Amino acid sequence: MKTTNKQEHSVTSYPDGKQEAITVQHVTKRYNDVLAITDVSFSVGKGELFGLIGPDGAGKTTLMRILMTLLLPTEGEAYLAGLDVRKEYKKIRHLVGYMPGRFSLYQDLSVEENLEFFATVFGTTIQENYDLIRDIYVQIEPFKKRLAGKLSGGMKQKLALSCALIHKPEILVLDEPTTGVDAVSRKEFWDMLKRLQKQGITILVSTPYMDEAGLCDRVALMQKGQIMTIDTPPRIVENYQRNLLAARSTDMHRLINDIRNWDKTDTAYAFGQFVHVTTSDDNLEAVELERYLLSQNHTQLQVFEISPGIEDVFMDLMTS
Amino acid sequence: MKRFYGFVIKEFYHIFRDVRTMVILFGIPIIQLLLFGTVITNEIKDARIAILDQSKDEATREITQKILSSGYFRLDQNLESTAEVEGIFRKGHVKEVIVFGQNFGEKLVREGRADVQIIADASDPNIGKLLSGYTAGIINDYITKDMKPVTMPMQIDTEVRMFYNESLKSVYMFVPGIMAMILMLISAMMTSISITREKELGTMEILLVSPLRPTQIILGKVTPYLFLSIINAIVIVLIGHLVFLVPIKGSVIFLMAETILFILMALCLGILISTAAKTQMTAMFISMIALMLPTMLLSGFIFPIENMPKALQVLSSIMPPRWFIIIIKNIMLKGTGILYVWKETLIIAGMATLFTTIAVKKFKTRLE
Repeated sequence: MKTTNKQEHSVTSYPDGKQEAITVQHVTKRYNDVLAITDVSFSVGKGELFGLIGPDGAGKTTLMRILMTLLLPTEGEAYLAGLDVRKEYKKIRHLVGYMPGRFSLYQDLSVEENLEFFATVFGTTIQENYDLIRDIYVQIEPFKKRLAGKLSGGMKQKLALSCALIHKPEILVLDEPTTGVDAVSRKEFWDMLKRLQKQGITILVSTPYMDEAGLCDRVALMQKGQIMTIDTPPRIVENYQRNLLAARSTDMHRLINDIRNWDKTDTAYAFGQFVHVTTSDDNLEAVELERYLLSQNHTQLQVFEISPGIEDVFMDLMTS
Repeated sequence: MKRFYGFVIKEFYHIFRDVRTMVILFGIPIIQLLLFGTVITNEIKDARIAILDQSKDEATREITQKILSSGYFRLDQNLESTAEVEGIFRKGHVKEVIVFGQNFGEKLVREGRADVQIIADASDPNIGKLLSGYTAGIINDYITKDMKPVTMPMQIDTEVRMFYNESLKSVYMFVPGIMAMILMLISAMMTSISITREKELGTMEILLVSPLRPTQIILGKVTPYLFLSIINAIVIVLIGHLVFLVPIKGSVIFLMAETILFILMALCLGILISTAAKTQMTAMFISMIALMLPTMLLSGFIFPIENMPKALQVLSSIMPPRWFIIIIKNIMLKGTGILYVWKETLIIAGMATLFTTIAVKKFKTRLE
């Protein structure tokens, strides 16, 4: 009986013939007096890999919990596969896979036991959907007798993803899946998401890492509970009109302070080994900044023009 | 059904893999029972006494003999003067001093009355009272039975018999009380902790997003603990019966049926607590403070309900263990059947239904 239920959902027809997996309309969430998200609207197409990008406290988790039917929106409407998150939450829970921000598996159960438990809970078996998780699961299979609590960060995430996928969800929602995971594992994780997307699964993923934004089909930049812009990563960057300079020297701390004290500077932020600088006059040449910094006795100085990345856009949106 | 089964298996893994849970489940009940059964007792055994005999005649020797052979008292030393009395109490070993007046036997025969003073150490008032009572009883017994010649003209002998517990063994009282307390505490505390643990670790978030229904989650949590609590109940009854020789006069099956009902009620209470508590700590404190103390103080387990102020008597009637203690005492000590305890059984069943209804209603299908 449980399996027929599932089949019924996997051929869900979308109202108005729309091919939208996730629809959010003017959603506001208020905790007592605090506004967690304010008037957020967006939609995710079927089979899309959509990213919610923003710093901690931007409201990403709250938004995802509303979509996962764990929280009720204070105002506005939200639909998953055409189902209302308020009224049809029971149906939604059959067709979504959710990976919360915190590692939320049973630490005192082994890898295999965790996977088996979630398979049973969703009325399926590991064998039935093994194809979907094989790529991910083979990497942790050698440790299947190990307790989940004793796995490394990267392996925990792989197990959590396997558990979220075991019932072959239509929509996969991942809350900061790569936070606290090493660079290699992060890359592997995104490769896996790309492969899952090819299998027709709609993926909504949140991350505080700007460099991961470029891996999504479309991203929404969020801050303080609001969406500032939604677009494909290349177009978000294209829309950035400012002239951008990069600078580095041996004393980065003094460098950034000196740049900020310069009267022609608009903003200056540290990005890795460089300071990204926008100036009040967008036609300003790199040499002018270089000349100023040389006068401040900086050694091994490098100053040049660069093309902006998504981080620069985000910083710009945040300040404006 | 398969989902439910999978859930129960997972719960058993949690229980058997956590040493702390296992200790709380099986170690604590046994230790508590043995401790309460042996340490807390209202009986007197081998209390040290001192005797100041100013007559040293036949009568005082016979009374002394009778007192010391009763099993309640043991002679610490004989005193020579009243001045020593205070000093010997200060040392603390001696709990009672018996002082026979001068010419005790002679006076008794001639005047029909003689002086004996019983001085008890009342720094523990209950013990002091008990000791003096026992001593007075033994002396009176000597006078009425052994001093035939001085029968008084009109005398009414009252003979007291303590039914169901002829020798007034306090362990008969404690075993049902501890059983109620342990089952209540273990069942309610363990379920409430195990549910709040899922909340605290964030796994509840995933369970909620799964197709599991609230009743399945609740029943899945309760089933393993029901099973383990029944084992616990059997162990307690066995220890009570074999170690403390508490009789089981009634039907064992009926006793178990009532116990299972009580366990179910406690489990439901645990779920109710877990719907209110957000963390394991709060769940534990609520279980401890809201369940353990009232169970000990208000259920009639230690202090008799009849002696409580009216307000507390009313309060005690909403304590489930109160009714359960009445039921098991009836079954174990009196051997009565359902006809005598149907009212108490109904009360517990009613409480169980009430708690379940509220718990299922209050169980949140979302995070808030």
